[in-house]
Amino acid sequence: MARVKLATAWLGGCSGCHMSFLDLDEWLLQLAVLADIVYSPLIDAKEYPANVDVVLVEGAVANEEHLRMAHTIRQRTKFVVAFGDCAVTGNVTSLRNPLGGAEVVLLRSYVELTDCRPGIPTAAGLLPVLLDRVTPLHHVVPVDYYLPGCPPPAAHIRFLLEALAGGSEADLPAEMLRFG
Amino acid sequence: MSVKTLTIDGVLVSARADETVLQVGRHHGIDIPTLCQLDGVHSVGACRLCLVEVAGSAKLQAACISPVSEGMVIQTDTPRLREYRRTIVELLFSERNHICAVCVANRNCELQDLAVRFGMDHVRFDYLSPQVEVDASHERFGIDHNRCILCTRCVRVCDELEGVHTWDLSGRGVHVRVITDLNQPWGESETCTSCGKCFHACPTGAIFQQGSTIAEIDRDRSRLQFIVTAREKKQWLV
Repeated sequence: MARVKLATAWLGGCSGCHMSFLDLDEWLLQLAVLADIVYSPLIDAKEYPANVDVVLVEGAVANEEHLRMAHTIRQRTKFVVAFGDCAVTGNVTSLRNPLGGAEVVLLRSYVELTDCRPGIPTAAGLLPVLLDRVTPLHHVVPVDYYLPGCPPPAAHIRFLLEALAGGSEADLPAEMLRFG
Repeated sequence: MSVKTLTIDGVLVSARADETVLQVGRHHGIDIPTLCQLDGVHSVGACRLCLVEVAGSAKLQAACISPVSEGMVIQTDTPRLREYRRTIVELLFSERNHICAVCVANRNCELQDLAVRFGMDHVRFDYLSPQVEVDASHERFGIDHNRCILCTRCVRVCDELEGVHTWDLSGRGVHVRVITDLNQPWGESETCTSCGKCFHACPTGAIFQQGSTIAEIDRDRSRLQFIVTAREKKQWLV
């Protein structure tokens, strides 16, 4: 069987889901037999390649860079997995939504709660432009599988990857669908 | 007391005439999902999770407030009901700010458990993300409206078990809130006895103990059941 082209991506999240991925421990050696990791914050690849089979997308969509990346991922990937609560629900990243739009959030972070040199960074290209609302991944692109958890336990990641690498549908049992 | 016979999920059962469909189901091991229902206080049919199909009726009926009748034929677990129940839970998650990962009730929450039970892997609706308050003015407890699903268990235990009626509802539609006294800060309530029954009754992380943090909530619903058993059966079972 052909080796699976696997990618992982990191949008608006804390990287805890990627830490949980590393918690796969020795099974990572097995994964290296089943799959080529073609793009990930954990490897040195600058561009998201074409014809990816499976991608684990951590984090919510919080800024324009995330939005562009989400569309690129969708165009170039067969199975998109919303990886962890931020990608699935918005989770902690979306805690800012009740405050209002991007302007209010930037004021709160860079002016109201700052002890020294308050001011919103405005230089072009310095920071990705914040979206007014943080959204789950499936609000901006179609998602094939959802793997909730904050973070999803390594055993759940393994269950999903084993199924997808084996060419079968990843039908997660209900207990693996717990948020939080 | 007369006896009624009816059919639930293909099983012929008999019931006392004053029982509800939910009670009869439970006596026969049929687990109809509930959320607002709480043993010992009256049922209000607020959450709609216990909706069942009754043959001959186009309307779905809330099992917790539907009295049995002779010859009823009831289905409690059909594809239509499962879809509606999942949708209800999704709507509850989308209405306020239920962030399980940072909730005091994480892994000890009836709403979270129901999401698992109905296989809710994501919410199909837009989140409303309302800006709502946390009232931490009471010295022992707090109310986080971000997590409140308006089941009114707190209202009912306070009124019917404690006999105080500190809690009630105000507002309409999405603006409904549970309130203490005449919408005063909980800590300034003159009627609250600080008994904690609302805390033990709350199904989510809305009513919490001061000082508890993520996943630390420690409810004991048996303390409510003790009072109900003592009152109804005159048995003080410790």
